[in-house]
Amino acid sequence: MAKNDRRDFFRRSAALTGGAIAGAAAATSAARAAPLAVPPTNQEPGRIIEESAYGVPSKYEAHVKRRRTDVLKNRQNLSDWSMTPLQYQPGIITPNGLIFERHHAGTPDIDPRTHRLVIHGMVKQPLEFTMDDLVRYPSVSRFHFHECSGNGLTDWVKPASTTVQQTHGLLSGVLWTGVPAATLLDEAGIDPKGKWVLFEGADASAHTRSVPLEKVLDDTLIVYAMNGEALRPENGYPVRVVIPGWEGNVSVKWLRRVKVSDQPWYFRSETARYTDPMPNGKWRKFSMVMECKSVITSPSGGQQLKNPGFHEIRGLAWSGSGKIRAVDVSTDGGKSWREATLEEPIMDKCLTRFKAPWDWKGGPAVLMSRAVDSTGYVQPTVAEIQKARAIAGFVQHHNGIQPWAVNEKGEVRNAIGQA
Amino acid sequence: MPSAKPSLAFAAAALALWGCAQMGTGSGGMAAKSADGIPLGTSSPHPVQPLPDKPRLGHAISEADVAAWNIDVRTSDGQGLPPGRGSVAEGREVYAAKCVACHGADAKGGAVYGTMVGGIGSFTTNARVLTPGSMYPYAPILFDYIRRAMPMDKPQTLTANEVYALSAYLLQLNGLVPADAVMDASSLPKVQMPNRDGFILDDRPDTKSVRCMSDCK
Repeated sequence: MAKNDRRDFFRRSAALTGGAIAGAAAATSAARAAPLAVPPTNQEPGRIIEESAYGVPSKYEAHVKRRRTDVLKNRQNLSDWSMTPLQYQPGIITPNGLIFERHHAGTPDIDPRTHRLVIHGMVKQPLEFTMDDLVRYPSVSRFHFHECSGNGLTDWVKPASTTVQQTHGLLSGVLWTGVPAATLLDEAGIDPKGKWVLFEGADASAHTRSVPLEKVLDDTLIVYAMNGEALRPENGYPVRVVIPGWEGNVSVKWLRRVKVSDQPWYFRSETARYTDPMPNGKWRKFSMVMECKSVITSPSGGQQLKNPGFHEIRGLAWSGSGKIRAVDVSTDGGKSWREATLEEPIMDKCLTRFKAPWDWKGGPAVLMSRAVDSTGYVQPTVAEIQKARAIAGFVQHHNGIQPWAVNEKGEVRNAIGQA
Repeated sequence: MPSAKPSLAFAAAALALWGCAQMGTGSGGMAAKSADGIPLGTSSPHPVQPLPDKPRLGHAISEADVAAWNIDVRTSDGQGLPPGRGSVAEGREVYAAKCVACHGADAKGGAVYGTMVGGIGSFTTNARVLTPGSMYPYAPILFDYIRRAMPMDKPQTLTANEVYALSAYLLQLNGLVPADAVMDASSLPKVQMPNRDGFILDDRPDTKSVRCMSDCK
């Protein structure tokens, strides 16, 4: 995004979010240069209601877009990813058109009338399901965050990204609707020796992962709807897996096959990829849980504070290990912290919004957030993570504290590794 | 949830023995680790539909009817590898016809992807080079992945012989099999990969941050 665009969109988002940028001018009582005029929208009818239509955002919100990764650029766009504009997300739900994407061989266009889901392997009776079958089962809806294990991989030790969309945009909040995987597996009858479950996609990568049966039976969903409508093609239409709190890669999209076995498969995506480098040359495998994390989305990188005075620090916190218990914020680079206000609802493995008032004096500041989850785990700094893991190359599972530096002009910059 | 750790083994055993018979109670809480020691995280109790409402809507299907979809290989021992065979020399030809455009000559990287050779011994340096040779713990991962996903413009079109041949060629380029090697369901799982013992179980949390509020470091 060009610098001018960024300034522009910040002005627009300032209007949207009201008080945050209003600053000191609001306190004065000076007369305007000209009195308020009646706007033309008061004096002519608006658009009619179309007979049928799918609503789209205001043309003035056209800058709020999912964006393909442009910090780490891939040389093709089939195995690639796009990122959620978290700086514009006011709540804990990401609109369907803005949910991040990660595909390994493009988005397939699957006809739900011919799509089939099969459960087989170590089961009493292999089963085939149509989409009509799946939607007839007793349904459940649950709110969960969804995060790619690669979220933040470009920004471990020095700033490569400008915006929070680039640093943290492989994250979305979704209301998923579907059938518990346990319901369908129960019907097929799991062999007592079964311990692992394979999920496989109908896409051109036939993407697949091994998942321990315990997690599948506990809270895994076979999902056909998101945020009140059918899955979007890029998010797995017509049916996908959702494994709450775990790295997004295991929540296989375009699900066609479920197989039960007594051992994991050790696929490419759970050996050569999605494993974590350790200092002794080893790799941590099956590191599935997305650990407790938070980020300030406003003010965040690429934005500019217009005036000293009141600003609300806003952000999101989440944990794959449970609920968010607390979020602390610092405006002095981590020397002192105070507890932010958490906004209800606070749900298990779900985005939680936090807010803290801030009186910006107009000088340099470094903003940070630090989340604590219901297990008592405290979000670490990158320096703390580095004591345990090798941060070398394409490293996943970055849940380190993100600093944003504000200068005297109010410009907000990514300060990872510098604060 | 109830204090999770002591009840874990019990919960896991119960699930394994009774299948899903216990699902639907929503009694909540789950094992912190799977039977194989994989950390699972924690789980709050969540509502599950009562059992009597569960319809049985699946249609019985035979394993034979799933055969064309049943492409997974258990890579640690090669279970699921199909009949067929392919040599290094044959693999070189298939590679030249169907792979070189993206992966480059001798699999050293091309227009679209980086190298698929080398990197063995690089994992104790900060310049880790991830290739099938350096990274895969088991050679049948080559067969599984190539068959399901390659070539990118036409996946699942290669014959089993072609996939075995490509596996042989890539292993040879990585110095892991000789130039006259032939790969099949018997020989491929026997190739010793240098990273075979290169993995550890997830031992997170691996940080112990404290919630300092003032005068922090």
